Amino acid sequence: MALKILKPADELEAAQLITNARSEGTRLEIRGNGTKRDIGNAVSADKIISASAMSGITQYDPAELVMVAKAGTLLSEIDKALAKNKQMHVFEPANYGKLFGTNGKQTIGGIAASNMSGPRRYVAGAARDSLLGVRFVNGSGEIIKNGGQVMKNVTGLDLVKLMGGSWGTLGFLTEVSFKVLPRPETQITLAIHNVSDAEGAQLMATAMATSADVTGASHAPADIASQLMNAPVKGGITFMRLEGLKETIGVRCDRVIASLPKGLNIQEIDARASLALWKMIRDVLPFADQDQRPVWRISVAPMSGYKVAAAILNKLEGQVFYDWQGGLVWLRLDDVSNANAQIVRNIVKDHGGYATLIRASEPVRASTAVFQPEIAPLAALSERIKMAMDPSGLFNVGRMSPDV
Amino acid sequence: MTTIEFLKPDANITGRRNAIVEGLYNLLPDECVISDERELVPFETDAFTAYRRLPLAVVLPYTTQQVADVLKYCSTNKIPVVPRGAGTSLAGGAIPQEDAVVIGVSRMTRMIDVDYDNRTAVVEAGVTNLSISEAVSKDGFFYAPDPSSQLACTIGGNIGMNSGGAHCLKYGVTTNNLVGVKLVMFDGTIVDIGGQALDAPGYDLLGLLCGSEGQLGIVTEATVRLIAKPEGARPVLFGFDDAEVAGACVTDIIGSGIIPVAIEFMDKPAIDICESFAGAGYPMDVEALLIIEVEGSDEEMDAMLKKIIKIAQKHNVKNIKESQSATEAAQIWKGRKSAFGATGRIADYICMDGTVPLGKLSYVLRETYKIIEQYGLRVANVFHAGDGNMHPLILHNANDPKEAQAAEDAGMDILRLCVDVGGCLTGEHGVGIEKRDLMLHQFAEIDLNQQMRVRAAFDPDWILNPSKVFPLTLSQRKAI
Repeated sequence: MALKILKPADELEAAQLITNARSEGTRLEIRGNGTKRDIGNAVSADKIISASAMSGITQYDPAELVMVAKAGTLLSEIDKALAKNKQMHVFEPANYGKLFGTNGKQTIGGIAASNMSGPRRYVAGAARDSLLGVRFVNGSGEIIKNGGQVMKNVTGLDLVKLMGGSWGTLGFLTEVSFKVLPRPETQITLAIHNVSDAEGAQLMATAMATSADVTGASHAPADIASQLMNAPVKGGITFMRLEGLKETIGVRCDRVIASLPKGLNIQEIDARASLALWKMIRDVLPFADQDQRPVWRISVAPMSGYKVAAAILNKLEGQVFYDWQGGLVWLRLDDVSNANAQIVRNIVKDHGGYATLIRASEPVRASTAVFQPEIAPLAALSERIKMAMDPSGLFNVGRMSPDV
Repeated sequence: MTTIEFLKPDANITGRRNAIVEGLYNLLPDECVISDERELVPFETDAFTAYRRLPLAVVLPYTTQQVADVLKYCSTNKIPVVPRGAGTSLAGGAIPQEDAVVIGVSRMTRMIDVDYDNRTAVVEAGVTNLSISEAVSKDGFFYAPDPSSQLACTIGGNIGMNSGGAHCLKYGVTTNNLVGVKLVMFDGTIVDIGGQALDAPGYDLLGLLCGSEGQLGIVTEATVRLIAKPEGARPVLFGFDDAEVAGACVTDIIGSGIIPVAIEFMDKPAIDICESFAGAGYPMDVEALLIIEVEGSDEEMDAMLKKIIKIAQKHNVKNIKESQSATEAAQIWKGRKSAFGATGRIADYICMDGTVPLGKLSYVLRETYKIIEQYGLRVANVFHAGDGNMHPLILHNANDPKEAQAAEDAGMDILRLCVDVGGCLTGEHGVGIEKRDLMLHQFAEIDLNQQMRVRAAFDPDWILNPSKVFPLTLSQRKAI
């Protein structure tokens, strides 16, 4: 049976609805437009509360590098305003719609709550690093503000970070403020052909040790590289993105190339094609295949990525590609009926990382802890934090773990 | 000057002093425990020197396990604990209380691991900020946050206050450069949070810890990001006839899409003080000075400077001086970074740390001068203009109680102003005891109660740095 959807028009109404829910003992599923509903474990809820009716940019002066918007504001609307002023979200918010085969429109609140970040994350930080302030309604129906609109702020406990990536389990976001930055004038990508996964990791590490400011470092084995290049290629490709002023980007390209071993087959990809390429990497398009094969997002140290992938692919059939200098492994498994969480996580654990099951069929998701379980003392701490924010346990029950 | 209230020491604890000291000796090697009154004196305050309290005892452990043993002992016996790095807090974040044990990390100074391929370093909490960059400099890397106290301040203290510095306009503050910690929780449990892998699942505990002023636990090790050093860096001096015009120039540079690595502002009094101390070559015939640093290859720096100079000229910049050598560049920064120390040579001062939206810089500067004039004091302004983080240094004679009080009052007025224009009380120094009672100007009680409930999730009995950050009227209430 479809759940009733509450759509408060403003913060006060949201607070009232949540106060009512608390007194009735009604558990709420919190969402923006629900585009990332398929991520996380199933939520036990009696009603849905959505921020979709709370929309609009409330404050944006490009010279202040800050944008404040109501939580239900569409990312597309925000992107439009930013583009007009040649600015951007430096963390490159990803859009997994095609991965899930859906076409909903993401809200800015959803971006904050999921802390989903794209290729630039490994040098420019995650969504949480750009998130400067939040307003939200806690589980007691109180309207809380934290952070603000300035880039440096150590006034009190940083609940902004806590709300970032909390997947709606701690509060109902009503307004968020993000730092925004000038868009680089242009970009170039270097594609280095015929490179193995291990060689790719070393090339990326070498380039990152230069001052060339590489803002995207990804590697794809031949099968995925062919998809990304839209043409069959024989070997793996390592991609490195440079962004900046037109007059000087060439100098930095030369600096990267000079740092790499001689004799590599390096192709330059121009601005337009580079833009499209990194969007494909950001949105995991190589795995946007209209089916439900499990897709894992594995975060490890950059030099461990290829080792983790090799160990997993030694035991299970599937495909991988890498972002974040090799530290983000996107893994798709061939067996649609089994995410093989134990095998994946045991290998990842040996390398000190985390594996999140981003996509899987419903029965697989229902039987898998989507987020990697925390060690006991931290799980207990998380539960106490949840109690401190949502004492009656109303919000998104079960989404992050059975206990939170 | 005694306007900031201290909690009355708990006689139940101070009365057990000998037993507690003995308990600490049982846990640690003798040289790690300080209990002699004369030897406690160096720990009675931090860089907020107007206030001081002798602690019950000080411990300086060597290892995480020793920190854990002491915390377990203190939490079991409900003894307050005040964590301490190098004691450079300007907000009184490390000032003890008479019934507290100070846990200092100054003996935990090992660099545990440097990993260039993954671009991280693991260091103990007592390692100084600057020594990280020094250790990796020869290989072409650095650690980005650079507070003025970087020679002395520890990474543990930096995490507690989420420290920034001049170069965070481009590279961010501590929270953006920290990827993992080893944390001792209130009850002595040792946990690893984060690490070389980014974005751990679960709540962002690392984000909460940064700037939590030692109230959530004690960090004993940190994993920080290393960044490849730029090919070159060039600070350029821009002199203006009018402080407000200099402020407007900053807004225009940022608005035009240029983000230099640093934009520092100094007004006339600050220029005089710093120049006579450091001989940095600052122009003396201007009312305000911007130090704008660009970095990259020569071509990149030239290209960016060309754009910046064009904007500055629109604002009638009076003189422009590029550093011609590494030595000259170092002199320019030396002048800026010694601003606090140099000011201390000519007068007592308190340093404010409010942050305002960039568009409000000029207005806040003007109002600051008015406020200072009303109190009959002098002020030197030196601050990180690129991110709106203001540092008015209010000069006074601390031996004159009336003047000291006036300075403190003026500072509070300036901070209220920062909040009123949409900014905040503190950008990088922290709340400590200094701004504790102003928190209700920035937050509603309901906001602070929420923060305190989250704090209590980490430290249910409030033994960690208990009288800091939150107004005592709120934190002393049992139920929140």
